[in-house]
Amino acid sequence: MAAEATPLISCRDLTKVYRMGTQDVFALRGVNVDFIEGEMTAIMGPSGSGKSTLMNLIGALDVPTSGELLIKGRPLSKLSRDELADLRNETIGFVFQQFNLLNRATALANVKLPLMYARTPVPDPVARARECLEMVGLGERMDHRPMQLSGGQQQRVAIARALAGRPSILLADEPTGALDTKTSEEIMDLLTGLSSEGITVVLVTHEPEVAAYASRQIHFRDGQIERDERRAS
Amino acid sequence: MKIGVAFQSALEALISNPLRSFLTMLGIMIGVASVMAMMAISEGAAKQVDAQIAQLGASNLTIFPGASRGGPRSGGGASDQPFTESDVDKIKQEPFVTAVAARISGSVMVVSGEDNWSTSLQGTNTDYFLTQSLSTREGRLFDTREVSSGAAVAVIGKTVADALFEGTNPVGQTIRVNNVPAEIIGVLVTRGQSSGPGGDRDDIVIVPISTARNRILGGNATVARYVGSMEVGIADGYDMTTAQEQLETRMREIRRISPGGTDDFRVFNIADFVRARSSTQATFGVLLAFTAAVSLIVGGVGVMNIMLVSVTERTREIGLRMAIGARGIDILGQFLAEALALCLLGGLIGSALGVGAAKLAAKVGEFPVEISPRIAIIAIGASALIGLFFGFFPARQAARLNPIEALRHE
Repeated sequence: MAAEATPLISCRDLTKVYRMGTQDVFALRGVNVDFIEGEMTAIMGPSGSGKSTLMNLIGALDVPTSGELLIKGRPLSKLSRDELADLRNETIGFVFQQFNLLNRATALANVKLPLMYARTPVPDPVARARECLEMVGLGERMDHRPMQLSGGQQQRVAIARALAGRPSILLADEPTGALDTKTSEEIMDLLTGLSSEGITVVLVTHEPEVAAYASRQIHFRDGQIERDERRAS
Repeated sequence: MKIGVAFQSALEALISNPLRSFLTMLGIMIGVASVMAMMAISEGAAKQVDAQIAQLGASNLTIFPGASRGGPRSGGGASDQPFTESDVDKIKQEPFVTAVAARISGSVMVVSGEDNWSTSLQGTNTDYFLTQSLSTREGRLFDTREVSSGAAVAVIGKTVADALFEGTNPVGQTIRVNNVPAEIIGVLVTRGQSSGPGGDRDDIVIVPISTARNRILGGNATVARYVGSMEVGIADGYDMTTAQEQLETRMREIRRISPGGTDDFRVFNIADFVRARSSTQATFGVLLAFTAAVSLIVGGVGVMNIMLVSVTERTREIGLRMAIGARGIDILGQFLAEALALCLLGGLIGSALGVGAAKLAAKVGEFPVEISPRIAIIAIGASALIGLFFGFFPARQAARLNPIEALRHE
């Protein structure tokens, strides 16, 4: 049950304020939420509700205006820019709506990329990259460049890249936003599979069909949590 | 990220946009090529000067009669008190002096049978062979006995030999020098052309000084034991400036010039004269090399410009790299490696072009060039420094980007 599991990610009174001209815009207003290891969570809500802001904070890409974020019990406010980079490298995998692959590099080189930045050198980065590409079903297309792959295949490469560093958290921001229904289903099956293997998956989406894959759904409105529901399973 | 990996990814980035990479490199290439060519020409000129000085005798000082009046002259004016053999003997006693060649020179007509030739005559003693490092390819040089007895013997240069005795051995033949018969006892080893004073250094007849003074030239022979000028050999390693000062002091004593009185002689360093005359040439070369260096810097500005464009274009890529764990220093290294690779590649190609240009200049312009590896190392090193210097600002800009803003960049 939820109460027994240790929270992998802990948000304490998270607030994020953007300054737009002379006005302060509250993207998050004191959000308190925990994410438990191995759980798959969908964050939903209209645009501007703060779901992407929360995602960026959890991904250590941005810092909150106030409040604290703990990952594996470590408060992120105590970490330097470089330590945040190392945390992203070791603990977090990102999947973006626009894939964000390097077009001049092959699928294999793209997947290998995070391993190049690892502080503790990975013994055989090429072997690890191959392994990850096989995991997402692209073992036959390792030497293709992104432009030679379909949208679904490109997103698989991106997922393989996110997995290369063996992260405990996978953050997916609208992972199916640029894909058709059938491809979306394949990608969601892949993410669900990863979740069942113990990776904590947090995905942002505004499509209920996509959110339905997650065991937990959090609805955001005006920078605050409106509903937090767990599916009985 | 390892340096090798950074360079590999830098090369991939450069190859992905070959035309732009080439155009960016062009500035560096032209800069390095011109620096190389100019330095090669300038060093070639310097080397030629050194060779000339060595030919003239780098450790010789020449004493001329007459007050200081600019360039060297071989004879004193009417009012100047001429030198004599006794001056030569006194100077030779100085400990730092290895040889003193007493000289009288003039223009003469030499005749052999039907052939005649106008050339320059050098009347001198055997020390002249030391100061000028002379040797014969046929026959022999004259000796001290022949100098003191005023023997009618002559040593001739190759040009004279060719003019009068085409194909036959001149040694043992008799020529008439200004109607005075003299036996040829030797032909000098050829010394070639000189762009310094003298021109063709093989167009010469050398006779004992007494022979020249008493029989051939006349004129100043009214003065007993007259000597036109003295060429003084200075001991190896002895400071030339000190030697010059000491000779001046000694000459003032010999010629009894009171303190504050005007010298009626000049001690002259021919090597200095040639060096001063040629230094204009070398200065010009250095100036050109500086101009070329400016173009190298302009090339560097071009590299910076393109790197800034590249950072802006690849903002999303930078954001992504940061998201997957690149530290600021990794991004800095990546863009520095790109700038460095551009400049190094440009420097290498530029060096090759520079060598080509220098060789072409040497062929067309007929002046000496000296292509040393040192110049190539300097030129390529300079382009690497330019890459680091002008690449740093754009690279730092990239490294300081905010990951989330970079990722959102369109």
